[in-house]
Amino acid sequence: MALTKSRILVHLKSGPLNEDRIQMHELSVTESMLGVVLRHAQANNATKVTRINMVMGEMSTVMEDSVRFYFEIIGKDTIAQDAELNFRHTKLITKCKECGKEFEVVEYDFTCPECKGTSTEIISGREFQVESIEIS
Amino acid sequence: MEIEVLEGVFDANEIIAKENRALLDREGAFMINLMASPGAGKTSVIMKTLEGVSGDLNCAVIEGDIAGKVDSERIAAAGVPAIQINTGGSCHLEAKQINHALNHLNLEGVDLVIVENVGNLVCPAEFKLGEDLKVMILSVAEGHDKPLKYPLMFSECHVLIVNKIDLIPHTDFDVEELETTVLKMNPGVVIFRVSCRTGQGLQEWSAWLKKKVDTADKAT
Repeated sequence: MALTKSRILVHLKSGPLNEDRIQMHELSVTESMLGVVLRHAQANNATKVTRINMVMGEMSTVMEDSVRFYFEIIGKDTIAQDAELNFRHTKLITKCKECGKEFEVVEYDFTCPECKGTSTEIISGREFQVESIEIS
Repeated sequence: MEIEVLEGVFDANEIIAKENRALLDREGAFMINLMASPGAGKTSVIMKTLEGVSGDLNCAVIEGDIAGKVDSERIAAAGVPAIQINTGGSCHLEAKQINHALNHLNLEGVDLVIVENVGNLVCPAEFKLGEDLKVMILSVAEGHDKPLKYPLMFSECHVLIVNKIDLIPHTDFDVEELETTVLKMNPGVVIFRVSCRTGQGLQEWSAWLKKKVDTADKAT
């Protein structure tokens, strides 16, 4: 079907389109994080979430301070209100696909220090994960 | 009591990205996620790409902007179906917005969907949309020192388009240094030097893209 002649223009606004309006990066990320926490807390019949343990990779674009800031606002009046946020930061580690050496990437140079290979896979440093929660 | 969760915060987005991928595969459409700073020339590159592949590929465009529909009107005026997503303040597009847009587009007969992400070098890199290729544009006016400042974007992209290459004689931009830095971060990246103003490099880019889409078609 030739589409070049048919002009369609749909204008989608994310406000009415999405129940949960997406906002700035860290707000949207913090909302996702809270969603994960509350889902697991409810599945375990928690009445209170006291601590949230997260892993944040060096290469993640998410800022810990911003997550803390937004959590204080959006965590309010949920069972996770006042939960202690704990971040474990991981270094950027990759594994050379050619010689198998695992090495820490410094200044984003992914070249293998051992064999100078350039084909690598990231082992850690890219993640932003909820590792565990403490509930009562 | 401690409960093991082990769930990525971006997992929910990635599930929808996979749904988008499946939808595009069913329809036999290829999708690129075009990312760059404001003013790098995203819309100009799209217009030139549409010209470059016209007659060979049927295209549709999804435009992401904080507000307004200037870009989608420009695309639609050129006779290509366009959908405008206004993120209303958000700095990036997420998979669910693309899902809505794909469901609004008539994908029948569409070979290539180009998504123009919100102008930003940080957040869009974190959100998978279900694309086949992440394409980023860096314009000469921005400087060659950007890769180490925005490492995720430069290391995640499959293609780097260096736009406004005609401005080089007027700047200290070192294109060789840029390419050396980016290739260390991202050895598999394919780099094109282009100018939307003079047309330099655009034919190579369009021909490369066309080949990618054709190869993907044959694979499905």
